[in-house]
Amino acid sequence: MNSTIDREHAIDQLRMMLLIRRFEEKSAELYSASKIRGFLHLYIGEEAVAVGVMASLAPEDGVVATYREHGQALARGVSANRIMAEMYGKQEGCSRGRGGSMHIFDAATRFYGGNAIVAGGIPLAVGLALAEMMRGCNTVTCCFFGDGAVAEGYFHESMNLAALWKLPVLFLCENNLYAMGTAIRYTQAAPDIAAKGAAYGMKATAVDGMDVVAVEGAARAAADHIRKGNGPYLLECRTYRFRPHSMFDTELYRTRDEVNQWKKRDPIDLLARRLYDTGGFNDQDMDVLEQSVAVEVEAAVAFAEAGTLEPVEDLTRFVNSERSDA
Amino acid sequence: MSKQSATVETSYREALKEAIREAMTRDERVFLMGEDVGHYGGCYAVSKGLLAEFGPERIRDTPLSESAFVGAGIGAALGGMRPIVEVMTVNFSLLALDQIMNNAATIRHMSGGQFNVPLVIRMATGAGKQLAAQHAHSLEGWYAHIPGIRILAPATLEDARGMLWPALLDPDPVLIFENNTLYNLEGTLPENAVAVDIDKAKVMHTGNDLTIISYSASLFKCLDAAKALSREGVEAEVIDLRTLRPLDDATYLASIAKTHRALIVDEGWRSGGISAEISARIMEQAFYELDIPVERVCSAEVPIPYARHLEEAALPQVDTIIAAAKRMVSHG
Repeated sequence: MNSTIDREHAIDQLRMMLLIRRFEEKSAELYSASKIRGFLHLYIGEEAVAVGVMASLAPEDGVVATYREHGQALARGVSANRIMAEMYGKQEGCSRGRGGSMHIFDAATRFYGGNAIVAGGIPLAVGLALAEMMRGCNTVTCCFFGDGAVAEGYFHESMNLAALWKLPVLFLCENNLYAMGTAIRYTQAAPDIAAKGAAYGMKATAVDGMDVVAVEGAARAAADHIRKGNGPYLLECRTYRFRPHSMFDTELYRTRDEVNQWKKRDPIDLLARRLYDTGGFNDQDMDVLEQSVAVEVEAAVAFAEAGTLEPVEDLTRFVNSERSDA
Repeated sequence: MSKQSATVETSYREALKEAIREAMTRDERVFLMGEDVGHYGGCYAVSKGLLAEFGPERIRDTPLSESAFVGAGIGAALGGMRPIVEVMTVNFSLLALDQIMNNAATIRHMSGGQFNVPLVIRMATGAGKQLAAQHAHSLEGWYAHIPGIRILAPATLEDARGMLWPALLDPDPVLIFENNTLYNLEGTLPENAVAVDIDKAKVMHTGNDLTIISYSASLFKCLDAAKALSREGVEAEVIDLRTLRPLDDATYLASIAKTHRALIVDEGWRSGGISAEISARIMEQAFYELDIPVERVCSAEVPIPYARHLEEAALPQVDTIIAAAKRMVSHG
């Protein structure tokens, strides 16, 4: 940390990663207590990716995420209260309880879901970027997807279209090595994902997805490249999911030893250690962060608990604009 | 005002093109994209000349990537544009069905009303040109199953010219199905043809003996059948549904209240099709108006074959419509 600004920024990044971690740990607990239902996919272990990438984006940029999107939503600035209320199925939730964990949408932060068809959000991002380009806006549309999505036709068609039209898309692959429970070595003939970007004529790099400083640096470089009018960019973040794929996963496909090896590179520990090592940050500072995060998570739970259920009479609202469909 | 507004000779194809041209001129957010829409001029020549007029930014040739460019159309609509996406045929649209179903139709609801998708997708549909089983199906009834989208089926020149603008004004996704046998349809339109209503069905021929409910290319077969029936003293009322979702129940129910007999003619398959839906609605809402059971003339339950005689046998035809109508009237 070379300057006060860097240090403060790093502490903000650490706090956001902690918030995501504690928010999701609480979510898992609430799932077990049946407060949250449906599918719940936790991001724990991958926090450095969302936090690093969001730091490279401006408020006017757009974000398209996947069904494992609590981390992206929080890091983008979507309120923890409204995300928790959404998972509770309350009308105070960001999607008024119509989406749940997998479909967090937020117009105020240009957060376009929460897309639960693997790779289905990728062409949306291409179209959003096309609209921005045609409207003369110099923005970036950042599209998150996993290594599983790379096997879908959407990925390939969208990469071609975006490169062909030089669209301002940041293709952000979160490579956590598993498509649900199947390792990438069983699904990809050529598992170097960044290399696929070059095949479509776009700049592509890979970065250590457990290191938030490295992710932010790489994402800033990618976003700058895009903002200068050079077309799309594929950034592969190599990361790892510490928790099961969803709450129903018994994790038969990987060893505890493998998970423990990756936990040695926990993104929160990595950044905290760096802050300790460079001085001016100690256990007491860490406690302050933990406490402030705990307060925010508890407030989110209280907000969700106090939330109300939308009247059943409004069931068909928002299917069509200003009319209930026959 | 002049006594009579001037008319122009035109075709279904030209009417569609004029509608696109008008929309692009009126609203700079409107653009057209799809396979071969630009340099080729559109696979049915609907967009011929538009590239030169509007340029490649607004007339966009796409790669053969239905799922990506339909998805990109949804994204562009989310981003504030008013895209018209052309898909060559309804059979190819199945490559983009996920985007239409899981994104276009759901995002408004799934986001709690925060985002909407003001997108128009046009595509050819239907058989009759010996294109065989991968280019000739009528799946608009399938699409009409999906909440969150509007389904239009223009049959007439007036609708070919007038449905696009209100479709673009709709804040939600609209799919427009153009039967491939209609592109060469010729006739006249008022010089200043205007937008049409896209909520209501329309009575195209009046009669008291039975109601024939149809849409798109089958409409003309029904009208020919009605003329022939009239010569034999049977007066059929023919209704053009025009919009398959949401269905305008009131127009056909009013007709059935008068004729007490209902025949549905649909180029789609019978099983689980739009004809089944309409029949069910008649049972639910007008059962006691009926003198005899509802009947249907639909396509045979086969992948549409190539050979002319087999293709003709697979589709509703004027004589099969006449036969059904006569049978129904004689039983009444």
